[in-house]
Amino acid sequence: MPEAVSPRIAVVDFGMGNLHSVTQACAQAGLDAAVTTSPAAVVAADAVVLPGVGAFGDAMAALKARGLDDALRHVAASGTPLVGICLGMQLLMTESREFGRFQGLDIVTGEVAWLEPSVVAGRAQKVPQVNWNRLHRFGSAGADTWAGTVLDGLPDGVSMYFLHSLYVRPADPRVVIATTGYGTTEFCSALQCGNVFACQCHPERSGSAGLEVYRNLARRLHRARARKEDVPHAGTASQ
Amino acid sequence: MVTEANALEGSARTAVGAPLRIIPRLDIKGPNLVKGVHLEGLRVLGKPHEFARYYYESGADELIYIDVVASLYGRNSLLHTVEQTAREIFIPLTVGGGLRTLDDIRTVLRAGADKVALNTAAIQSPSFVRDAARKFGSSTVVVSIEGVRQSDGSYEAYVDNGREPTGVNVLEWAVRAAELGAGELLVTSIDREGTGEGFDLSLTRQVAESVPIQVIACGGAGRIEHVHDVIVDGRADAVALASMLHYDYALTRPVDHDFSGEGNIEYLRSGRGFGRVHGATLGEIKTWLHERDIVCRHEDPIRA
Repeated sequence: MPEAVSPRIAVVDFGMGNLHSVTQACAQAGLDAAVTTSPAAVVAADAVVLPGVGAFGDAMAALKARGLDDALRHVAASGTPLVGICLGMQLLMTESREFGRFQGLDIVTGEVAWLEPSVVAGRAQKVPQVNWNRLHRFGSAGADTWAGTVLDGLPDGVSMYFLHSLYVRPADPRVVIATTGYGTTEFCSALQCGNVFACQCHPERSGSAGLEVYRNLARRLHRARARKEDVPHAGTASQ
Repeated sequence: MVTEANALEGSARTAVGAPLRIIPRLDIKGPNLVKGVHLEGLRVLGKPHEFARYYYESGADELIYIDVVASLYGRNSLLHTVEQTAREIFIPLTVGGGLRTLDDIRTVLRAGADKVALNTAAIQSPSFVRDAARKFGSSTVVVSIEGVRQSDGSYEAYVDNGREPTGVNVLEWAVRAAELGAGELLVTSIDREGTGEGFDLSLTRQVAESVPIQVIACGGAGRIEHVHDVIVDGRADAVALASMLHYDYALTRPVDHDFSGEGNIEYLRSGRGFGRVHGATLGEIKTWLHERDIVCRHEDPIRA
């Protein structure tokens, strides 16, 4: 793999969440990650990671206050890989019902809904979900919907770390590439929509399987650079 | 708006309980990993990041670091340990001990912690929990509760690592902490801590059934059966382990390791005073639980 200059990753900082673990995971994968609040830096990056924890409404307000909402929409439209993680995934959606109704970035059509507590096999499944859980490949029968995405090569049923109370419900089920069960809810845990990938879990906190997500991103960026052309739109499900 | 209401139904599987977390807890004093009994009589076992790395590689679901002294010197040393750990270890790390202000929290998060554990400052000023949850998100805030059983069967919350009684009832405080925005509770039995006699099942169960958030049971594990008991009878949502894991690793890690100044494990080799703790690896514990239908994360497909 050519390593002349590491691909530059903009990790979007809107004042919420732990960005350190994302930058460490990027570094581990050979990516040059910089935490930034600058819309210009976001637009100029080779790929953009939108992490985040906290409340949806506060996060959208913080993005707007910095002009990052328009920058992220620009990135999504430009074909540059955009990765949403946890709250970052939810922010990509049209709207959220967390503590009221809030408009999201509307990069992926759909809504954000609450997980419901439940009891399974006599055990309380409390909200927030805080644990490792499995990603099950989702898509038309027989299709490897993970091929060409950052989940490429990971085994169906791989465990990742989740920490959330809400989940996304994309309007178009074809963007869904992985689902996860919690209690009685089966929810979209990863989606690919053109150049946009998003997951509800935290790959940067999910051990070596999670680091593979960042390595896949690095490989893809190196390949794109080697071809000196735009990064192809991956995600067969959305095409 | 169109929703996916029916779209995911085709993939519905039989619901199974979510995997249960097993979390090594590392008590830290200055640069060292220490372990005591009832949180007292601390002995040095080695360097925390070395144990942390071993636990990460052997399947820990998360790690908890508690600074048991929380002096100014200890704080700088702790931050260094957190930074070192965060570079090497890609699972969630919770850091606690002496965090009193939002700035304290921000500092340990910047050093690489994913979550913070709040105890003394939270119980003295409950609004601290609310402020921390608002600022950093509920998912970042773990409230640590240390309980001592009273003669009437209730539990009193202690602070300063089990040294100071507060007069606060554990159950009432647990419910309040959850309402204030805590994302999880770390519930430690001071009576059982370090003894190897088993978890205080009554304490764990009372708290776990009183709050809508996950409860991490801590204090007393001496054998694998205890872990099973606190999950099944104590209703724990996650389990923190210290002595069982630390003693196993301290006694089995490579013999060419330089112990001088690193750790006083002669007392472990002699077995004095710790006879009730039977060391086990994370793999042994998870396999044992798995065989008894308790779901744990028990694979690492890349490393395997």
